[in-house]
This record gives sequence, C-alpha cells and structure tokens, in this order.
Amino acid sequence: MTEPQDLTEPQDQGAPRDTVQRIPRGEAFLDVRDLKVHFPTDDGLVKSVDGVSFKLERGKTLGIVGESGSGKSVTSLSIMGLHPPGVAKISGEIFLDGQDLVSSSREEVRLLRGKRMAMIFQDPLSAMHPFYTVGQQIVEAYQVHNEVSKSVARKHAIEMLDRVGIPQPDRRVDAYPHQFSGGMRQRAMIAMALSCDPDLLIADEPTTALDVTVQAQILDLIRDLQREFNSAVIIITHDLGVVAELADDIQVMYAGRAVEYSTAEDIFDRPQHPYTWGLLGSMPRIDRERSERLIPIKGTPPSLINVPKGCAFNPRCNYAHLNGGASETDRPELLDVGDGHMVACHLSPKNRRQAWETDIKPKL
Amino acid sequence: MNGTTTVTTADTESDAVPGVIEPAMGEELLSVDNLVKHFPIRKGVLQRQTGAVQAVDGLTFSVNRGETFSLVGESGCGKTTTGRLLTRLLEPTSGRIVFEGRDISHLGEGRMRPLRRDVQMIFQDPYGSLNPRHTVGKIVGAPFKLQNVKTEHGVKKAVQELLELVGLSPEHYNRYPHEFSGGQRQRIGIARTLALRPKLIVADEPVSALDVSIQAQVVNLLEDLQNEFDLTYVMIAHDLSVVRHVSDRVAVMYLGKIVEVADRVSLYEKPMHPYTVALLSAVPVPDTKRKGKQERIRLQGDVPSPINPPPACRFHTRCWKAQEICKTEEPQLLQLAPGHQTACHFPENQPASTPAPAATDES
Repeated sequence: MTEPQDLTEPQDQGAPRDTVQRIPRGEAFLDVRDLKVHFPTDDGLVKSVDGVSFKLERGKTLGIVGESGSGKSVTSLSIMGLHPPGVAKISGEIFLDGQDLVSSSREEVRLLRGKRMAMIFQDPLSAMHPFYTVGQQIVEAYQVHNEVSKSVARKHAIEMLDRVGIPQPDRRVDAYPHQFSGGMRQRAMIAMALSCDPDLLIADEPTTALDVTVQAQILDLIRDLQREFNSAVIIITHDLGVVAELADDIQVMYAGRAVEYSTAEDIFDRPQHPYTWGLLGSMPRIDRERSERLIPIKGTPPSLINVPKGCAFNPRCNYAHLNGGASETDRPELLDVGDGHMVACHLSPKNRRQAWETDIKPKL
Repeated sequence: MNGTTTVTTADTESDAVPGVIEPAMGEELLSVDNLVKHFPIRKGVLQRQTGAVQAVDGLTFSVNRGETFSLVGESGCGKTTTGRLLTRLLEPTSGRIVFEGRDISHLGEGRMRPLRRDVQMIFQDPYGSLNPRHTVGKIVGAPFKLQNVKTEHGVKKAVQELLELVGLSPEHYNRYPHEFSGGQRQRIGIARTLALRPKLIVADEPVSALDVSIQAQVVNLLEDLQNEFDLTYVMIAHDLSVVRHVSDRVAVMYLGKIVEVADRVSLYEKPMHPYTVALLSAVPVPDTKRKGKQERIRLQGDVPSPINPPPACRFHTRCWKAQEICKTEEPQLLQLAPGHQTACHFPENQPASTPAPAATDES
C-alpha cells in the first residue's frame, strides 16, 4: 500500500471495529455519526435515513447493501451535499478528514466536491450534460481544482479517458455522451469522477445498468484506481456478489438504519442479523448447483412514513417471537457482539447461534 | 435432519439430469427452425431500405413440455426479439415456429387469437405492463372477456381464485395497480397470464426489476405454478445466477445467434463456447474466500453493431482463441456431447474422445 498522504492520525487498521459512537473527532478519514435525513411530505415525515454511523479509512472500501428504500443512496447524497436545500432535514455529523460537512455552507461543500470527494452515479446519461462533449465536462471539473490552461486540462482529459479504457481517446474526447455506448458512458463518468484524484469515491450502483462483461471491466477499474490513489471508496449496491468482491467492510441497511456492520468475511461467513440471513437465502447462486428452493423474506419492505415500532424488521422476521415482545416495542441499538461485529437485534446470543446453526447455515 | 433433506434433494436433482439430457420424457412442445428477424433501416425521401438490424439471425432450438428453457445473453443479443417472435407479437422475416405440431410462423391476427390461450407472456416491467386506469379485477379478468371464456361461477370468482393462487388477497379485486408494490404487481401480471391456463409461458426478465428478497418470492411462485399446472417456460434473462436456479436447459445468445445450448449442469460446469466461458467468469461470486482468486476472462471492447455484424463467427472480434478460420467460415451449432451443442471451431471443455485444445480453468 502506498504512503497515506493526509491522515491526521496514525493509520489504525482496526478502527472501524471499535464502537462507532465513541470516537474522538476526526480519527477516521470519513466519520459519519448518527446521520438522519428526513423529508417532510404531505403524507407525513419520510425518515429515509434514521441514525446511521460508520467510519472509513483511506485505501479501504465500504460496501453498503440493502433493498430499495433502505436509505443507502440518500446517505451517499448527504455526504456529497447533494440534497437540495430546504427539501431534506439533515442532522448528525459527517466528518471528512476532520471537517464537518453537515454544518458547512453549501459553497464550502461545493469546493470539496471533485477534489476531496467524487461520486459515480448509476445512470450516466442523466449524470452527464447532453449539450457538452465528454471532454468539455472533464475539463471543466479539472479546471475548478487546478489552475491550468485549457490545453493542459484537455490533455489530462484524454489521459483519463485512456486510463478508463476508452479506445481512441484523442478522438472520443470530442464526442457527446449520446454517442457513447452504455459501458463507455459509465467509463467516461468514472473518468470524470477520478479526474482530480478524489480522496473519497462514492459509487452508487455503478454497474447495475451494465451487462456482466462490462461490469467486470468497471469493477476492475475501480479497484485499480483505488490502489493507485489510495482513495477511500464507498460502494452502494444490492448485488451481494459485487460487495463480496470489492468491499473490506459491509454495512447492511434496512428501513433507514444499519442492522449489521462488520468485515466482508464476517457478513458472508458468520452473518448475525435475520435480515442478512434473509438476503443470503433469497439469492440464487452462480457458483454451485441448486439444492433447495430459495428462502425468501416474507412480506414487503415497510413504508418509511410508517416504520414498524420496535425493530423495523419485526413483521418480516421469523425469530421476533423469541424475544418476549421486545422486537415489537424497543428499537434495538447497533451493538458489538464480539470482534467488532455490530448487530442491531434483540435475539439472545444463544438463540441467535441456534437459529444460524440449525435453520440458516445448512440451507445457504 | 436438515442434512438428510439436503441429500435427498440433491439425489433427485442428479436423477433428473439424465432426463434433461435425453428429452424422451417430455415431448416437443415448441420447435423453432432457422428463425430470422431483420428490422429494415429506411432512409431518404423514398424510404428505400439501406440496411437491416439483424436482431435474430437463424435460430434453431426446441422446447419440451414441462421444462424451463432459458435464453441468456447481453443486451442487444436478440433474446427479447426471440421472445416476441415466439408469442407472435412480431412477424418473423423467415424461418418456422411450430407449436404443438402446427406451423404458427405466419398466422394472421385472427387465426392467432385462439392460440393466445395456450401461449402467454410475462413482461419485465411490472409498472408498464398494467393499465393504471383499470382495477386489478378488470386487468386479470380481461383474458376471459377477450376470449369469450365462460367460467363456472362468474368471472369475479375466477379472478379472485387467480389472485389467491399467486399470493394476493381476493379483496384486492377493486384496487388499482398504483396501490401495489413492484413484487405484487408482478404477481398481478402472472395472475393475468395464468387466467386461461396456458401451456407455454414466455417470461421476459420476470424478476429483474425486483429487489432480491421479492425476487426469491416470485421465483418460487413460478416454480410452484409450473409444478401445479404442468407449465412450460421460455425464460429470457440476463442474470446468470437466476438462470442457473430456474432452468432445465439454457441457450446462450450472442449478436442474434445461439452459440451454445445445453442442459443446466453441463452449461455451468463445462461451458464449451468461449463466450459462455467469459460470461460465466465475469459474474461476481458472493463468496469472500474467492476474492481476488477468481480467474476472470476480460473481453475486449463492446458488442459489435447488429447492423453490420462481423462475418463468419460473430464473436471472433473479441475472442481470445480466434484464428483465421473464425473470420472466414461460420461455425455450425454441433452436438459435441450428449445434449450439448456449440457453435465454435475451438471449443473449451471438450469430452475426452475428441482432441481437446488447451482448456482454461475458469472456475
């Protein structure tokens, strides 16, 4: 690994394993604490994100998984400061290298975008301006953060397009987004996001719209570029295969809260939360012959206006009855169950072990 | 106890495999012979044809009664066009589609209508495929009206039974599509498809718009319905994990052609066509132990345009095994192992009897 450029504290590999809430300010490169994003609507308050905390070091990748409406994208948009003012009510703290983004002005956050943090969106066609060439858009971003002439910036844009594997970059730099294929567009957007070597890269479903062979190319690309710049990466996806491949740590989200957080190995080999079990059981496997039916999670995800009392997952949980009613009344906190493996669930360690060993593990 | 259950299921599975390889058990329900669909490109004032999108270019396959046959491939390979040809929503340019021994390739709308009872379709988009101004009762009951089918206790009763069958409540009869979630809407679509008890269902990406937990519910539902009503599915999908779970046989398409057809086990364990090998190696596996160890074949570039596809083997521009012959002579779809057909001059994983070229280990 290359020398970290900008750490305020000595690098601590085990940092995300400590209790998330009790960390002195600015220890991790990205430190999100008790983030809440609520949207007031005519139908009621939509609690898209309702108390999320996590930390991320440079050179590390955090995978955020969950289904639609679990709050994963809203979390990333708040880090980037992309919620329009007056629409979302944001509280909590987001420290990027010690600077709190929630209390910063829009102008301050704007200056951070591009150089300090950048984002890859799911749909490149709506993330790029149709009226400007791909080159012009990269040049613009580069010139905001670097005082260079247009021709130097253009040369840099061509270099970036070459790096992400676009053929004939010196010609393609003058093409418009609609002239690119889906995979090339996604690569062009990655080139734009990476043009200023961002310290934090957020990739929101970066490969969902792509075919599997192109997806493999893009994932390789994100990994290579991270290695080169030692960036911190957040990858948001519903595809457990993608996170298994890229992420060091994984946060599982349900109804606006984190239900489980640990290393990727823990989440796949020793998952602790019934929702994570449900996700793993629902997933057909490419790597082995089928043995049983899939085990779906019953019911549907809750409305974020009327989140179930207690544990939001309790109406769909097969084990809620083991907790003497606690699941219906008390909201479980995200607690360390050993080795930094954090779980928000009322199940007793004994019941949890038993459920995992007898019900879940043999069927996965 | 659980251990025993798993073992017995695995046994039944392996028993089922020979049955799949030799289709003696299920008779042929649908057969397709050299099916072609070209969409003309017209230009100028006279609208003269200047070219054609060769969406589907010479497909030959058959589907047996009671099986699930999947068409897989990347966007633009022609799998959706094939589905629409099978249900005759599109008119083939040439070739034959035979359903239950009857040639349906060029039947007119009127003569096709009675057949629509037997051949139905499930669509990908649960939002676009239901009329927002119709109630669920009207949507699911429409097939009875259109086909003038008399039901024993009235249409309403029949619709409510269908709703229960797909896991919805009969009280949903008077609701509108917007009141339902994506998974529930897909169930409504499935109820409509089942109304007339079809024999063949063409399902175009039936679960790809759904979240993973809901996707599993719908996959299980489709399986249950298949067992209960002896349905035959042609499944069109791009998600290779789902395809492995649901299919009996799989056809892999590339640029309008079938490059490989095999039963599920041989296709996933011993893929022969380099494109299939590359496709399977590209899927990220949800297993952290394989992180970084997965041998991945990186294909260069994008899929060529179907307006001007490469000559001979269409995959030669991206294939790492391509040689001169691949650019000049089109490989035929040949049976290289029992029930396993491949169109390639230099196939991988060949059975021992034939001289095997250096095989790459992709698993």
